[in-house]
Amino acid sequence: MSVQRYAHPYIPNSAPAVKEKMLAEIGFSSIEDIYADIPGELRLKEKMNIPKALTEYELERHVNQLMNKNQTTKENISFLGAGCWPHFVPAVCDEINSRAEFVTAYAGEPYEDKGRFQALFEYQSLVAELVDMDVVNVPTFDWAQAASTALRMAARITNRTELLVSKNIHPDKLLIIKNYTSPDLTVTLIDFENETGRLDLNDLKAKLSVDTAAVYFENPTFLGSVEVHGQMIADLAHAAGAICVVGVDPISLGVMESPANYGADIVCGDLQPLGVHMHYGGGQSGFIATHDDPTYVMEYPSRLFGIAPTEVEGEYGFGDVAYDRTSFAKREKGKESVGTQTALWGITAGVYLATMGPVGMEEVGQGIMQRSQYAAKQLSSIPGAEAKFSAPFFKEFVIDFSQTGKTVKDINAALLAKGIFGGVDLTEHYPELGQCALYCVTEVHTQEDIDTLVAAIKNIV
Amino acid sequence: MKTSEGTIGKMKRIPRDHKVRRFHQAKWDEPVIFELSQPGERGVEVPPVEPQIVETVGDGISQLPDSLRRKKRPNLPEISQYRVIRHYSRISQEVLGSDFNVEIGQGTCTMKYSPKINERFVRSPKMAELHPLQDESTVQGMLEMTYQLDLYLREISGMDKFSFQPGSGTQALFTQASIVRKYHESRGEGEQRNEFITTHFSHPSQAATAAVKGFKIIYVPADENGYPDLEALKGLVSERTAAFAVANPEDTGIYNSRIKEFTDVVHAAGGLCCYDQANANGLLGITRALEAGFDMCFFNLHKTFSVPHACGGPATGAIGVTAELAPFLPGPIVDFDGERYFYKRDLKNSIGKVRSFYGVPPAVLRSYAWVRALGADGLREVAEIACLNNNYLYHKILQIRGASAPYIQGRRLEQVRYSWQQLKEDTGITTYDVQRRMVDFAHHYWTSHHPYVVPEPFTLEPTESYSMAELDEYIAALTHISQEAYENPEIVKTAPHNSTGHRVLESVLDDPDQWCITWRAYLKKTAQN
Repeated sequence: MSVQRYAHPYIPNSAPAVKEKMLAEIGFSSIEDIYADIPGELRLKEKMNIPKALTEYELERHVNQLMNKNQTTKENISFLGAGCWPHFVPAVCDEINSRAEFVTAYAGEPYEDKGRFQALFEYQSLVAELVDMDVVNVPTFDWAQAASTALRMAARITNRTELLVSKNIHPDKLLIIKNYTSPDLTVTLIDFENETGRLDLNDLKAKLSVDTAAVYFENPTFLGSVEVHGQMIADLAHAAGAICVVGVDPISLGVMESPANYGADIVCGDLQPLGVHMHYGGGQSGFIATHDDPTYVMEYPSRLFGIAPTEVEGEYGFGDVAYDRTSFAKREKGKESVGTQTALWGITAGVYLATMGPVGMEEVGQGIMQRSQYAAKQLSSIPGAEAKFSAPFFKEFVIDFSQTGKTVKDINAALLAKGIFGGVDLTEHYPELGQCALYCVTEVHTQEDIDTLVAAIKNIV
Repeated sequence: MKTSEGTIGKMKRIPRDHKVRRFHQAKWDEPVIFELSQPGERGVEVPPVEPQIVETVGDGISQLPDSLRRKKRPNLPEISQYRVIRHYSRISQEVLGSDFNVEIGQGTCTMKYSPKINERFVRSPKMAELHPLQDESTVQGMLEMTYQLDLYLREISGMDKFSFQPGSGTQALFTQASIVRKYHESRGEGEQRNEFITTHFSHPSQAATAAVKGFKIIYVPADENGYPDLEALKGLVSERTAAFAVANPEDTGIYNSRIKEFTDVVHAAGGLCCYDQANANGLLGITRALEAGFDMCFFNLHKTFSVPHACGGPATGAIGVTAELAPFLPGPIVDFDGERYFYKRDLKNSIGKVRSFYGVPPAVLRSYAWVRALGADGLREVAEIACLNNNYLYHKILQIRGASAPYIQGRRLEQVRYSWQQLKEDTGITTYDVQRRMVDFAHHYWTSHHPYVVPEPFTLEPTESYSMAELDEYIAALTHISQEAYENPEIVKTAPHNSTGHRVLESVLDDPDQWCITWRAYLKKTAQN
């Protein structure tokens, strides 16, 4: 039986009596009068081919049926990372993230949305402690865009046009950087060492020039390796008059030194590891950090929330710092562009850092390193499988299956049949590495998960 | 405790005839989170590492060279769990989301009801715990919803293919500009076509993102009725024209009925036409991008399609293009072979990517559910009621002393840009003063985007989500403030009085010696105090 609708539950004024009353009030005879400016040839004549409305109960059944066609990383054992990572999300993060005040707010003023300004100021402040820098922005779309913007900032500051980017970054990130920096800036790739997976310093030296605006590298790299020559890279960049931009996985910073302390002028990264679920890649959220140097601050396109006094003594107020930088104020004459980005993920990352505290961040970082080393060791014990790079790693590492005679594709298909999502297949983007897969192990993986994986692969190869 | 039945029986019904809401926002005097730190407290325990792992690999961190070992723990606060919850719950009460106020004061943003059932869907592990690189066979439900939403948006717009990758309207505009550049490059005209034509009533990102892609920005002026000037456009197009990008209706709520002539002029000059459909809410099922001559358009899923705004994202700007431009879309895009859904990755002229992975899939899921909850008839009802609400509001606001709506009179589509110019001339009260006073009655009120082409502007967009009584409440608050402006302007100038905070000393925020973008900067800069 279909429901006789007189007003849609989402549309109060669709009740016929109200509609009539409102039309009468404004002196229109029908809704058609409102659309009189839209000429006949532009009017949609046929009805749209969209199924008829579902009631909430019907909708729930329907969408759940569709969602049940998905198999989650919780129902399987997953070792997928590569820019979107499984981490433990404390319930506190979900609780605050789902509060209607935050979920349904948007662009309110510091007076009615003071809490939003404070929550984002606190997020900035908490990430600032992690990266040991004094300025952090309201989040960008994702790490890739944060890196792109950091590089554009560097180009504006140095008034140069060439960007040197380490080749061991996520291939999709490189596409995004190239799109955000063309046509006015050029991107040149710096090789990495086959043995360690780290940046090739000789290649860097050869490519630095008076046109170099910035050198960008990541720590840990996309391929997992820890970059131990950070200070050397920064020194080389600075000697050439370039700015050093470092991308970082923030959850590593409980145990790893912040790039700010080995020469980075701009640090960027992704907030998703800090209390945000993966959401099929929708949980990404970028941050940018710098020292409190007006030259750098004035080049941010993003909103920067600051703390300031109000006209009442004993009260904190919040507001936009140097708003005139932004495209909101200056359109094309502002710095790049700003709009809706990923504020709720930023607030959530703040909740995560406040909940974890300094000890929690150290413990989680150490636990990740222990588990990932255990996994790499066990995987390397499989005949024909070996760790590709010799450098230490944080949570991801490359396993080379070339000697097993099996392709990563075949191994992953066999693992999938056993309810295991194997490591990311690198053969498409890095064919020169052979049959390699990028494995991600974090604090969510138990020893049993890892042992199950290792046993499964032993059976496959 | 003694109660008397007689007393309860005599309790009077509270009269509801006061014009403005009696309101006082929560004020918790809540410290900044660092001030809550108690050394030794913690908010959560991390998963323990099994002894056998430790036995096998040791402490793990010794692998790091000294130069990369963190020397000093980050100076994060130490707070137990319940205290973290109370802190954030308190500051959340100092936020007026659209679940709390009649959010019609944020024009151009289409603040509407975000159905609760959709929030339940996206918070399910079936959405939240998916990894973007899972095998396609394990995400068929997600891919099916994405593909179906693409089909629905094609119906709504007339375009041939959608990508959901852009993370907002701003990123959709950036994507449009990227496609324009790539399109002309593919035809060997990349260098030559370097001018991007837009209007002052478009979103600031329209001009800003095109500038990032290296275009020179040219504005079509508005004529005396508020329409972009067709004659002026004819003089602006040339062999240098890369594209014309415009919203229709623009942020004034004025629909340009000659839009097809505009797109014809631009096409004749070899340029592409980009439709900013941020203001599409009043047009669903009424008129489409295709018939108006656009080559591409985008919808903000966080506006028209009910995804909540989340304090400013994550969001999605779904971008649709004609078949000719489909190979330029950012990849991959979802396709269907009749049996299974899959990613199509071989887009010949793809601009590459604009956002990691596939954008923001929870926004796609919510929009899919919203469209299914409304159906074709419901979507049209959304448009009609949004426009009815807007014209009702428009009619009433023009009756408020000091208010006007410049340009063509009589009707508008889904929003209106108004002006308090008269109020300012009569009383000295500015749109900013009104903004701060509206807060005292639990209303958000936004002035407008820059530049202020309309003097003392404010832009209201009531959408379909608010009842007539709620519209009347908003109108009553504006009427009340207008009256105060004429009779007791001081109370308006010194507002807000009933909100969480008072006027912020903004000069501090523009002074490098005083601005504090983080708590640690604040501590350093105020150390001498």
